Amino acid sequence: MQILKLIAQRVALGIMLLFAVSVLIFAGTEILPGDVAASILGQSATPQALENLRRELGLNEPAITRYFTWLGGVLTGDLGTALSNRMDIATSIWPRLKNTLFLAFWAAVVSVPLALILGMLAVRYRNGWIDKTISGFALASTSLPEFFIGYVLIFFFAVKLNWFPSFSTVHDAMPFLDRMKAIALPATALTLVVLAHMMRMTRAAILNVMQSAYIETAELKGLSQLDIIRRHAFPNAIAPIVNVIMLNLAFLVVGVVVIEVIFVYPGMGQYLVDHVTKRDVPVVQAVGLIFAAVYITLNMIADIAAIVSNPRLRHPR
Amino acid sequence: MFDLKTLTVSAWIGLFFTSIFLFAAIFAPWIAPYGKAQIVGGVWEPMSAQFWLGTDNLGRDLLSRMIYGARTTVFIAAAATALSFSLGAILGFTAAVVGGWFDTLLSRFVDLLMSIPTLIFGLVVLSVLPSTILTLILVMGFLDSTRVYRLSRAVAADINVMDFVEAAKLRGEGTRWIIFREILPNALSPLVSELGLRFIYAVLFLSALSFLGLGVQPPEADWGGMVKENKEGIVFGIPAALIPAAAIAALAISVNLVADWVLNRTSSLKGGRG
Amino acid sequence: MATPTPSNSDNLLEIRNLKIEATSYPPGEPPRDITIVHGVSLSLKRGRVLGLIGESGAGKSTIGLSSMAYGRGGVRITGGEVLLNGRDILKSGRGGIRKIRGREVCYVAQSAAAAFNPAHKLMDQVVEAALQHGVVNRAEAEGRAKALFQKLSLPDPENIGNRYPHQVSGGQLQRVMTAMALCSEPDLIVFDEPTTALDVTTQIDVLAAIKDAIRDTGVAALYITHDLAVVAQIADEIMVLRHGELVEWGETQQIINEPKQDYTRDLVAVHQIDHSEKTATSAPLLSVKNVTAAYAGGVVQVLKNVSVDIHPGQTLAVVGESGSGKSTLARAITGLLPPMEGSIEFEGRTLAKRLSDRKREDLRELQMIYQMADVAMNPRQTVADIIGRPLEFYFGMRGKERDARVAELLDKIEMGKGFADRYPAELSGGQKQRVCIARALAAKPKLIICDEVTSALDPLVANGILRLLLDLQAEEDVAYLFITHDLATVKSIADSIAVMYRGEVVRYGPKSKVLTPPFDDYTDLLLSSVPQMEVGWLEKAISGRRMASAGN
Repeated sequence: MQILKLIAQRVALGIMLLFAVSVLIFAGTEILPGDVAASILGQSATPQALENLRRELGLNEPAITRYFTWLGGVLTGDLGTALSNRMDIATSIWPRLKNTLFLAFWAAVVSVPLALILGMLAVRYRNGWIDKTISGFALASTSLPEFFIGYVLIFFFAVKLNWFPSFSTVHDAMPFLDRMKAIALPATALTLVVLAHMMRMTRAAILNVMQSAYIETAELKGLSQLDIIRRHAFPNAIAPIVNVIMLNLAFLVVGVVVIEVIFVYPGMGQYLVDHVTKRDVPVVQAVGLIFAAVYITLNMIADIAAIVSNPRLRHPR
Repeated sequence: MFDLKTLTVSAWIGLFFTSIFLFAAIFAPWIAPYGKAQIVGGVWEPMSAQFWLGTDNLGRDLLSRMIYGARTTVFIAAAATALSFSLGAILGFTAAVVGGWFDTLLSRFVDLLMSIPTLIFGLVVLSVLPSTILTLILVMGFLDSTRVYRLSRAVAADINVMDFVEAAKLRGEGTRWIIFREILPNALSPLVSELGLRFIYAVLFLSALSFLGLGVQPPEADWGGMVKENKEGIVFGIPAALIPAAAIAALAISVNLVADWVLNRTSSLKGGRG
Repeated sequence: MATPTPSNSDNLLEIRNLKIEATSYPPGEPPRDITIVHGVSLSLKRGRVLGLIGESGAGKSTIGLSSMAYGRGGVRITGGEVLLNGRDILKSGRGGIRKIRGREVCYVAQSAAAAFNPAHKLMDQVVEAALQHGVVNRAEAEGRAKALFQKLSLPDPENIGNRYPHQVSGGQLQRVMTAMALCSEPDLIVFDEPTTALDVTTQIDVLAAIKDAIRDTGVAALYITHDLAVVAQIADEIMVLRHGELVEWGETQQIINEPKQDYTRDLVAVHQIDHSEKTATSAPLLSVKNVTAAYAGGVVQVLKNVSVDIHPGQTLAVVGESGSGKSTLARAITGLLPPMEGSIEFEGRTLAKRLSDRKREDLRELQMIYQMADVAMNPRQTVADIIGRPLEFYFGMRGKERDARVAELLDKIEMGKGFADRYPAELSGGQKQRVCIARALAAKPKLIICDEVTSALDPLVANGILRLLLDLQAEEDVAYLFITHDLATVKSIADSIAVMYRGEVVRYGPKSKVLTPPFDDYTDLLLSSVPQMEVGWLEKAISGRRMASAGN
């Protein structure tokens, strides 16, 4: 089966990419002149303190040894210990990862169908006012920084109208509805961040299909618009649309970083930013790797969807 | 190439605001009513005749800081864009024309860099690098050059296989002539429009970093940093943080409108005059 | 036979005063409406075939599609009536039009490969219209489809419907599309250049299949094409169109044998250029000796042991279908694809295999002209720059001297000095090709490789280019290597001919010898497949063939 081979190849490539990325992330924290210990402790550190930290970080070992020790740990679920508070990174990350995924999930549940519907509307009424409004909105929102959207939402809906809390504090024992209320604003902000992009890509993908010669053939068979879309456009639009969705979910996972800081939401993004400021290298490496892994996996799913839905590959000659 | 008569309304709006921001950035010390670090009033005073945009979290004039902030924001973003463009375009063009192992190696490396979200990789690197403006420019410029590389390489590769380039090769022209006389003039329009988009991206990226506290460090401030300084006011209903945020949005939209026009204007031509 | 009358009650289709417009968006100017069809009228009786013929921009496809009340790409029908079975379909509303499309009128497109949905099996698409309009049930429709596959001599008619479009060859797909059009038993089929994209030996089979199917089912047809010889085989009447206006309309016999209008006469006579063959010299200008070339590092052999000679001031035509290796031969000679084996001798000296190892003088004496003139010129350079560059590059000419020579060259290609400042985008297709010819001539070459230089042009324009090339050969004593798939062109320009098939030269010699029997099987197939401007040629050709075409 050619198609299974292609999928296997793509998965293998994804795994290779993950390893390469782990090297890159590790190397990224090694590039500075001087060493990590000096940059963590700052200019005023005593030589003794530096030496202690170096030993603790294993900096006296060659970089390659340290990389493989780190990688071995990651593969067995041991992400190491945070420098700043001596906590096990894996146990700190877990609840935060759940929170982030919870937020991203609900943002996706709203934004994906909305973007698809709006994208299709834009195609249906192409060059009409709906299309123009949508593309104007898209232009504006790709130019808006996340914190502009976030603070405008807080300013009006939390401060002025007092509908939602301005800080999205969540904890484990929280009832579901309270939790939903807490993430309402950040989820809205995230939706707005990715919506325009997703809509524009959906529009382009569908338009591309609708301009194919086989759509004209269907039209000249006397099929209704609905049948044309259902029977002829849709099967060919799945792959590009899945692609759009996956790319934007990837985008969403990244957008979460800034949004979490704005809303003081206890997720991975805030965790990352906090520890970048504290120069807590082991945490930054671990979180960076997790973000990259999610991103690479989503991109891989997009590619596999394209392979699976391609009739040329599904039914080889 | 760019005929002013074809300016659309949106392009006019874009050009107008872009010029205002540029003007503010260049002549900041002459037009700002107060110094950038000068404390002139109470904390978060509302807008008034004396302080047009009110004062900030330390009682500094917000308008003056906005004007100085324009300077920092535009300067860093422009420098990073210049770096990413020269690096990306030169390598991309060379890879497309030279081909071979040079192309393969560079392209795979760029694929790898682009498989990590730029913001995440930026944060990883900034966690160990010193927080200086130079570091920022280098990190932003380097990370963004991957996108410019991809575009330039794709555009140049498309043109490189066209018959007129083959005709030049058959004539015996050298690589320099082929890159600068045959390919470059035809690759210019997509690259010019991309220049605008990369600049917007640099502005947004810088603002995000500064907002997260990892970009420009106090007492210097760019617009992203000003949002961070004033964000505590939001919960008390003080909109000071929204002003720099809106300025970033306005700058990005204006440049976007101009870039859009450049792209439409030039892609409708198959070449020749215009 | 009676001449067609403008109005008649037993007409199946009657188009009156059809006016079609479109909006054009010239860069930097406000959009404006342009008229594509200016008040054309036609009528078609049941079971008759009307050929619509004209150059690009004649409006023939637009008129054909108007019989389905369809405007492609923003084209609007703004005036006139289209009566189908006695009622004006332009007035029948969206729902009414849908009932007609796929039921009373069906469509066969130029590129079936694009017109079939890649996601569905052929059978589902073939029976779709018949089921949609409730003509028959699924089982009957499939039975009909299989019978049609059989009639159109498709291989394995029982099972070919289970395949997907990409699993079937282009010529077969075109026949499946014809079956699709016939499946709902319509009154009228619009054939829109159905064989244009096919190789010549495949075209003849598809043409014969379509003709049989039309005859056996008694369906009426509008057959749209730019090739008069093709339409002469299939149509009862021919309508000649130009710039959206009617030029001449009559029975096929009359149009082919006694055209009344000058334009029609030109179209009929288009291939008739008298060219007397020159005899080979003892010292060939270019000798290709046992050349073998391959792509992908020797894996895909595209030229196998090819040897040909070109004599000074003469033309060697290399003929073959797509995939025959004829363009690869040009790449091997120019050094773009260095041959693996064999050698190329030019004026007695052996040329370096690789382009980068050749001397500038060798490059100068061997110039090339391309098929697509618009991508062969840098769109950012003016005509003067394009023609002037070889003058600078090879002869170091600058300033006035260069300008004077450019003007001289423009004169040679029958274009005035006024064109010097134009950009390629501001020229017509024929003018572009002329500028490319001037660029090649500027180098004062001994040999010009012409790669399908007339294939993308309308017949009359192509004819002009061929005549120009012949005149220039007489003036400049330049030799041509003329690569083409079109045998008619070969006859009017060649002194010697090489026929290529799957990377090998299967027949080679002086024109008179190559074109005189006895033929080898492939040359016979190729020669017999070229449509002749003669009614009844198709039947003769099919019955006299010895070898099946590659499309089967």
